[in-house]
Amino acid sequence: MYAALWRRIPGGLPGKLAGMIALLATALALLFFVVFPVVEPHLPWNDVTVNTPPIGSEPSAHPSPSVLPSP
Amino acid sequence: MSHAAGTAYPDTLRVRRRKPDARSVIGVAGEVLITLGVIVFLFLAYELWFTGLYTSRAQSNFKKELQQEWAAPPTAPAVLPGESPGPSTGPSTAAVPDVAVPGDAIGLIRIPKLGSNYEYAIVEGVSTNDLKKGPGHYPGSAMPGQVGNFVMSGHRTTYLAPFNGLGELADGDAIVIETRDTWYTYKVTDVQVVLPTDVDVILPVPGKPKAKPTKKLITLTTCTPKYSASHRLIIDGVLESALPKSAGLPPALKGT
Repeated sequence: MYAALWRRIPGGLPGKLAGMIALLATALALLFFVVFPVVEPHLPWNDVTVNTPPIGSEPSAHPSPSVLPSP
Repeated sequence: MSHAAGTAYPDTLRVRRRKPDARSVIGVAGEVLITLGVIVFLFLAYELWFTGLYTSRAQSNFKKELQQEWAAPPTAPAVLPGESPGPSTGPSTAAVPDVAVPGDAIGLIRIPKLGSNYEYAIVEGVSTNDLKKGPGHYPGSAMPGQVGNFVMSGHRTTYLAPFNGLGELADGDAIVIETRDTWYTYKVTDVQVVLPTDVDVILPVPGKPKAKPTKKLITLTTCTPKYSASHRLIIDGVLESALPKSAGLPPALKGT
């Protein structure tokens, strides 16, 4: 897989290196700024409130003061 | 190198491409699995450290805002640029407004036991987005120093992990809330572990849904054990003193 990628990138050794680094940077940016933020809310370890609603649903931010605060 | 080999032995290459043998299939599968493993570790790094970058930026913005607000004269509530003047809370004889603006900072929390640098701005709200910015105050629960229960939640392991050290607290430890004019010092009275569904702990009178509050309480909630969400760690406290900030640091912060 990576060997095939290496073979396809043109530009000799410097070009191949630069190409690989650029691809790696793109992949990392995609992961950190797009994929991970999307995946994160579906994982349980960030639930810190009591009465947490089902994972994935946005808690109501402004319960009326007369009701029990429901996160 | 492979390029040179390719030109030297074109037949070998062609044969290889036409008939991928079991070894190359396994090789690709192995690379895919290793890549997935690396991605899992990257996600771990993202959760534990990268999320903290966002929080520390939000926190420093909040602290700047609070400083500006608190520096402004009390009779004229500070209006930050880009913000429309909200409904006036009247002459601010009250230490804190009764209702805070969701998403805004309402004060600072310090826990001397967790270090002299332990200081976080408190966000109004406990939605996912609020808690990314720092420990949050349950809207509708009492404000600092009010009769009832001042309830806060915070992340234990991610987003700068403001409530990571709550497990170290014991009865008698101080939790200091700083608002515009006042230092509110709460003393821990109880540390307990409950189920996420035990909403009774954040009632104005914890455990008694119908009771009328008479005490000034604080409750901090976070997840426990660390890296899990199976239970909640609950820190209860009661107000020990409310001192004007003009009188200097409260006793709980003097030793640090």
